[in-house]
Amino acid sequence: MTKNEVVIIPCSGIGKSLGTVGRVATYKVIDHLRPQDTRTACLALLTVGDTQTAQLVKENPCIAVDGCPAQCSMKNIEASEGKLAYHVIVTNVLREHRKLKPQGVIELNPEGDQLAEIIAKNIAKKVDAILTEAKRK
Amino acid sequence: MTLAKDKVGIICCSGEDLPEGTISRVATRLVLEKLRPDDTVTLCLPLFLAGGEDERAFARVFPTIAVDGCDKKCAEIGTSKYSGKPVATIVVSEVMKNYPRMQARSHEKLNAEEMEIAMKVAEEIAKKVDDILCKTTKK
Repeated sequence: MTKNEVVIIPCSGIGKSLGTVGRVATYKVIDHLRPQDTRTACLALLTVGDTQTAQLVKENPCIAVDGCPAQCSMKNIEASEGKLAYHVIVTNVLREHRKLKPQGVIELNPEGDQLAEIIAKNIAKKVDAILTEAKRK
Repeated sequence: MTLAKDKVGIICCSGEDLPEGTISRVATRLVLEKLRPDDTVTLCLPLFLAGGEDERAFARVFPTIAVDGCDKKCAEIGTSKYSGKPVATIVVSEVMKNYPRMQARSHEKLNAEEMEIAMKVAEEIAKKVDDILCKTTKK
């Protein structure tokens, strides 16, 4: 690992609001909660086999944020032989917060944003744990 | 497998790392939800790798438009590689050259100007949809 960064890659699923929840959660972490420790990369670049992006996920711990059980982000990271350190599926988190009803793909409703915030805070904790562990090694 | 004549598939890159990726995504949804809801369908681009044969058949079932944020053209390349060559490709950064005063900076939530760009891209996509479906006027 060259710069002690965790790469967070959401699936950005276009068909359902849960893809947007994962995408917004990712931006909350990389822009607000842990901007110094994290970055994202375009998942589509992994899908098409871009060598620079494949190198990035091989050299840095990655967190996959998937909207649904198709697990596109995780599978694309694994297909690139990336270092998957943590994986979150939005539908699983939603089961623990059944009162929330996320809606909207272009823009999330407030409940969708609330779910994204919950996921983002959880990811931020994982980022801390991953980097603490990396420093120990 | 035969082409479905009455629907056009739209595949966007949704590039997470660039504002233009968010614009590609929002423009695609604007077409699906507002401009041509009866004429269009979509599929998540990474599903081509993560999914199965059903997903990979997408561009063989539907004539497809790739909507890319930048000139790396992941949506066009990915669709061609796994499914079938898109009928057309729209690149957000190329469309933006027609509006040099407009700037894209946000990737999380688009501001009013960026939404305007997304709508212009969506209108370009809708025109391509009409061309593909041989529609000269839209109800």
